Amino acid sequence: MLKITNLHAGVEDTEILRGINLQINAGEVHAIMGPNGSGKSTLASVLAGRDEYEVTEGSVEFLGDDLLEMEPDERAHAGVFLAFQYPVEIPGVSNSYFLRAGLNATRKARGLEELDAIDFLKLAKEKAKALHMEEKFLQRAVNEGFSGGEKKRNEIFQMAVLDPKLAVLDETDSGLDIDALKVVADGVNALRGPERGFLVITHYQRLLNYIVPDFVHVLHQGRIVRSGGKELALELEDKGYSWIEELAAAR
Amino acid sequence: MASTEDTIQQRIDQEYKWGFVTDIDADSAPPGLSEDIVAFISKKKEEPAWMLQWRLEAYRHWQKMREPEWPHLHHPPIDYQAACYYSAPKTGEGPKSLDEVDPELLATYEKLGIPLREQEMLAGVAVDAVFDSVSVATTFKGKLEELGIIFCSFGEAVREHPELVKKYMGSVVPRNDNFFAALNSAVFTDGSFVYIPKGVRCPMELSTYFRINAANTGQFERTLIIAEEGAYVSYLEGCTAPMRDENQLHAAVVELVALDDAEIKYSTVQNWYPGNKEGKGGIYNFVTKRGACRGRRSKISWTQVETGSAITWKYPSCILLGDDSVGEFYSVALTNNYQQADTGTKMVHIGKNTKSTIISKGISAGKAQNTYRGLVKVMPKAQNARNYSQCDSMLIGDKCGAHTFPYIEVRNQTGQVEHEATTSKIGEDQLFYCAQRGISEEDAVSMIVNGFCKEVFRELPMEFAVEAQKLLGISLEGSVG
Repeated sequence: MLKITNLHAGVEDTEILRGINLQINAGEVHAIMGPNGSGKSTLASVLAGRDEYEVTEGSVEFLGDDLLEMEPDERAHAGVFLAFQYPVEIPGVSNSYFLRAGLNATRKARGLEELDAIDFLKLAKEKAKALHMEEKFLQRAVNEGFSGGEKKRNEIFQMAVLDPKLAVLDETDSGLDIDALKVVADGVNALRGPERGFLVITHYQRLLNYIVPDFVHVLHQGRIVRSGGKELALELEDKGYSWIEELAAAR
Repeated sequence: MASTEDTIQQRIDQEYKWGFVTDIDADSAPPGLSEDIVAFISKKKEEPAWMLQWRLEAYRHWQKMREPEWPHLHHPPIDYQAACYYSAPKTGEGPKSLDEVDPELLATYEKLGIPLREQEMLAGVAVDAVFDSVSVATTFKGKLEELGIIFCSFGEAVREHPELVKKYMGSVVPRNDNFFAALNSAVFTDGSFVYIPKGVRCPMELSTYFRINAANTGQFERTLIIAEEGAYVSYLEGCTAPMRDENQLHAAVVELVALDDAEIKYSTVQNWYPGNKEGKGGIYNFVTKRGACRGRRSKISWTQVETGSAITWKYPSCILLGDDSVGEFYSVALTNNYQQADTGTKMVHIGKNTKSTIISKGISAGKAQNTYRGLVKVMPKAQNARNYSQCDSMLIGDKCGAHTFPYIEVRNQTGQVEHEATTSKIGEDQLFYCAQRGISEEDAVSMIVNGFCKEVFRELPMEFAVEAQKLLGISLEGSVG
């Protein structure tokens, strides 16, 4: 569903991604690991279409379309979801209003009927319940005054409601205690299915104990230097990122 | 219903006829301002001698006054002798049907969901829609009369209720209060008059829309609302549809009087023509609005949504005279393109245990300038006065400006005054977050701005609030990207 070929991208004059190749098929969970500054979050941002990153070379194909040609909202309509590392606050706008606007814009773009407030609320409550979230959470302003854990849970909740085809999780585990991590992981696991692809970006192996990936890729200085199965994450945990430095140097 | 139709037809014919025979010049004053013009206006309005005297005194004050220079507003000097101070309501001169109306204006009406009949009225179409509103207004008036409520045009009040007008007019905003108030006092054309008798709670929102003869009073409007002991009234001014007016200079005066335990809630949505995208044209709106909480435990609440006009100069204020009286000011002021707004409030605490709340939300986009200017004054005898002020500014883009001038004067040691202010920018982060959830940039801006204004919209009557939200979205169109 997602095919990244020789992707180069950066900010202003600094190249951060230096030739990424990655293919994700429907139903697969891919994990990307790497030290700070290796380009993990840049990859997530480029896929979602954040303005400040410029793609200088390569291509990204999503369900047969050129993803890089699309505006950020069009990518969302096409089914790309990004769970933010730092979810943004929107004071005064309720979670449910925000999410309904997003869902209906997406439905409209896909030629589906928009959901009215009642149907939407029914759907939202159902999803909230599955994530053990209180209903009043829907009426709170988007991420305003949320704890770190609540923000991350809110991302997963939004993902559940928007029902994307490809979900990119950008360090969703950062700043979470073990209980919150489990809740988030349960939420993600519940959404795994043959129709959906996942790209899970993380610094730590810990998350992958709960979200078990099909493939693990190690990112270093803007390139994938090693790919493997879930055991690669364990090996990395064991040997540390310095091992990657050695691998990269040896290439 | 043949007879009704006949009557209407007759009226239309009549107006058509008048359109030819009326000598237009005789119904409009020549440009410029003098004692003769003031007398002309008073005569046209068939006013008693005392009213003319009052106007003339105001005019003499005005001649000695100078236009204020302190506002953070820039405009070419206004030639007061070039302006026209009286033109009678024109009939049959407007567009004959909506087909003749600027399509852009119609598109905006459409977006606001304004019924067709109302659109015709707003666009000044000379058809029977006006008769419709007259009949609605008449039914409405009957109901109010049963309760002893007076709701009529200011001109009618001068003729029918001179004792009330004499007693209260100018008692809150004196004729020599400021340059624009003096100007208005000399040349005001019309406006609303509301009187709620003792203990009566007005059962409906009073709106200028339902008032007969409401046409063409926008330029120098004068409104007086009196709530007797224990009375309550909610008054809605203006409308969300963009209002066109050939007269660039507007100067209105609004006076509110609340006696013991009375409450007046005054909501405004102002959407006068703001000028085009290059800053050409647009209304200059200089307004003096003030309420006096004369009675104990009285309350006056101003809520305003200001999106129109090229220039807005307006400070709805409360004089908290009665012990335990309460003043509130909730404001959203949005400026886009080349619009300028210098707006805020004054809360003057005189009585004991008086409380005031100020919530101001200023939004600037394009090359607009938005200023909050507020005064909180606690007088020596105002024991235990309390004020809470919150002034938030939001910037959209990097060519606009937001300014806050809070003046605080506390002359009683028991007074407590709190002031909070924030300035934020609609961030790329917020827009990107919304886009990632599938929300277009335009919708995202509208959503973020509406969220920002939520505390003020909450104070508006339900219907008005819904329209105001749509209005903000429309006013911001094209402000990003």
